[in-house]
Amino acid sequence: MEFLLYFGGVFEPLALALLIGGTIGGLILGATPGLSPTMAVALLIPFTFHLTPTQGLILLGAAYTSTVAGGAVSAILLKIPGAPANIATALDGNAMAKKGEGARALHLSFMASGVGGIIGVLLLIFLTPVLAQWALKFGPSHLFWIAILGVTVIGSLDSKSFVKGLLSGCIGLWLSQIGYDDIQGAERFVFFDALSGGITIIPALIGLFAIPQVLDMFAKGRMSAAIESIEVPKYKILDSLKEVVSSVRALSIGTVIGSIIGLIPGVGGQIAGLVAYDQARNFSPHREKFGTGHPEGVIAAESANNAMVGPSLVPLLTLSIPGSPTAAVLLGGLLIHGIFPGSDIFDKHPEVVWTFINSMLLGQILMVIIGIYTAAWAARIAKAPIPILAAAVLVLALFGSYSVSQSMGDVQIMLVLGVGMYILEKFGFSAAPLVLGLILGPIASDYFTNGSMIATAQDGPWVYFFTGPLNIILVALVIASIGYSFWTNMLRSNFVDDKEVAQ
Amino acid sequence: MNSHRMQHVVPASIIFGLALLVAYLSFTQEPASAFLFPRIVAVVFVLLAVWNFIRAATGLAKVGRGLAKQDSVNLLPGLVVMLVLVFWAAKALGFYFSSTIAFFLVYSFYDPAPYSSSQDWAKRAGVTLAFMAVIYGLFALVLQVQTPRGMFI
Repeated sequence: MEFLLYFGGVFEPLALALLIGGTIGGLILGATPGLSPTMAVALLIPFTFHLTPTQGLILLGAAYTSTVAGGAVSAILLKIPGAPANIATALDGNAMAKKGEGARALHLSFMASGVGGIIGVLLLIFLTPVLAQWALKFGPSHLFWIAILGVTVIGSLDSKSFVKGLLSGCIGLWLSQIGYDDIQGAERFVFFDALSGGITIIPALIGLFAIPQVLDMFAKGRMSAAIESIEVPKYKILDSLKEVVSSVRALSIGTVIGSIIGLIPGVGGQIAGLVAYDQARNFSPHREKFGTGHPEGVIAAESANNAMVGPSLVPLLTLSIPGSPTAAVLLGGLLIHGIFPGSDIFDKHPEVVWTFINSMLLGQILMVIIGIYTAAWAARIAKAPIPILAAAVLVLALFGSYSVSQSMGDVQIMLVLGVGMYILEKFGFSAAPLVLGLILGPIASDYFTNGSMIATAQDGPWVYFFTGPLNIILVALVIASIGYSFWTNMLRSNFVDDKEVAQ
Repeated sequence: MNSHRMQHVVPASIIFGLALLVAYLSFTQEPASAFLFPRIVAVVFVLLAVWNFIRAATGLAKVGRGLAKQDSVNLLPGLVVMLVLVFWAAKALGFYFSSTIAFFLVYSFYDPAPYSSSQDWAKRAGVTLAFMAVIYGLFALVLQVQTPRGMFI
């Protein structure tokens, strides 16, 4: 119950203001189609430089939580999921809105998100210290394998093609090695002066997540965004609350599935929402109503995608392995504030970590209250014209990446990486493993160097890195993550027909 | 070789070339001890790049629809604005001035409203100035980020 000692920090005026501001901003950004939660958090990181680590993390955590929930607004009212995590929400949510039950669907979605989110954060509170204690037994070889596992898991599970996913991870690992070697001072892969300091994580994150979305908006051309507008008649909040409380089955399925999926690195909210929706339908006596505007569909999907948020931070805080692409960006946010996640994070920075986690708990409640009262307003912002969004994200990316170290080199790297990622994405590569490689590369490299030194003094690298129960388990997990993905890829490729290829 | 397969072969070749370059540099640069980890990465990188290339060349690469011609044409004006802004204008003309111009150009290029209406031009200018005023307030006044001044601000 150590976390209770640090609740006071959340109620400090600036921290509370950031929590409320981050929640409102996150709901608006989440509701805006084309602006993903990952991009929103990446664009916010530069604003945290002028804050203490705790305040910065509170802002990022609030944005993470509320962008996922805010995505339901456009999914329900416009049938455009604000984030991939809200795809399942659109199935029944939009059908409800078309029947004149938009407000009811929004209430149910925010309340279910709140319940799922709170249980997810409670899991984070109780599981993280246990896992951190266990992780204390890890040495450099284990931590090296854990960093590699982070890249292979996201590389294989987060991508449609596992070869391209792993290649993305490799490109990220290579990019992380650019610049001067910390120990020897040797210059590595410095093709231009701008690369001599290495690739700064935040501009890289902004480039990899924001610029492809800007280019995607450009690619639509001068299209009129004729979005069907749906009126949202008022609905009693108390009635919605009673309905959520009575939908125990859908709520439990969503929360349990979301929490479990959140704990698995790399799987993310999109899968959580869809799996929970599917299972809620399978277990429902009213299966035929799903897809026609059934409230249980909204409740299951939304409780799952927010229940995923807390557990996705468990492997991040204890093992440096993010559970989702947005958690990967949060890892970047932690690192720039000098906080290195790992087994000793609760010993070294208890006030930062516990205040951050507590703020997420309070953030869930705020998200429900603010979400319910501002949903209709957020829907108007969701219809913001694409050209304005594209121009605004471009300017924010420019200023955000420059402000990190006031270097034009960083801005140029941001743009080059962003344009490169846009092209790679068109060919089936994905940003998440590349980012993981970029973030975990220096960690893996440092542990590899430390481990090599220990190995030289002991029985050699083979014995040090490949023997011992923990090493064997971790190597087996690395191989299993690749093998599983290879197997599912083979199965999937049998079902990809020529029509899909031609799309 | 059909156009879809060709679309996959070109990027696969570029990635293969990049992997070879990384491997070459990792195994030839000194001191060798600084390149131990990059060497491991390079070996895996080359193996995966070869696999990816073979899949592309044999038509097995089915994920990703490639770059559509119309999309490339559509994004070109915006991309040119981005490149000019980042590689020249931001430093030469000043961060805020060039960003204002870039915002206005991007908004105007992609705005579906007709170019003949003076009301729409006034709206574009108004939105641009309002947004840049917020950016100036946030970065220059609140965060006090020192940006390159160039000819203007």
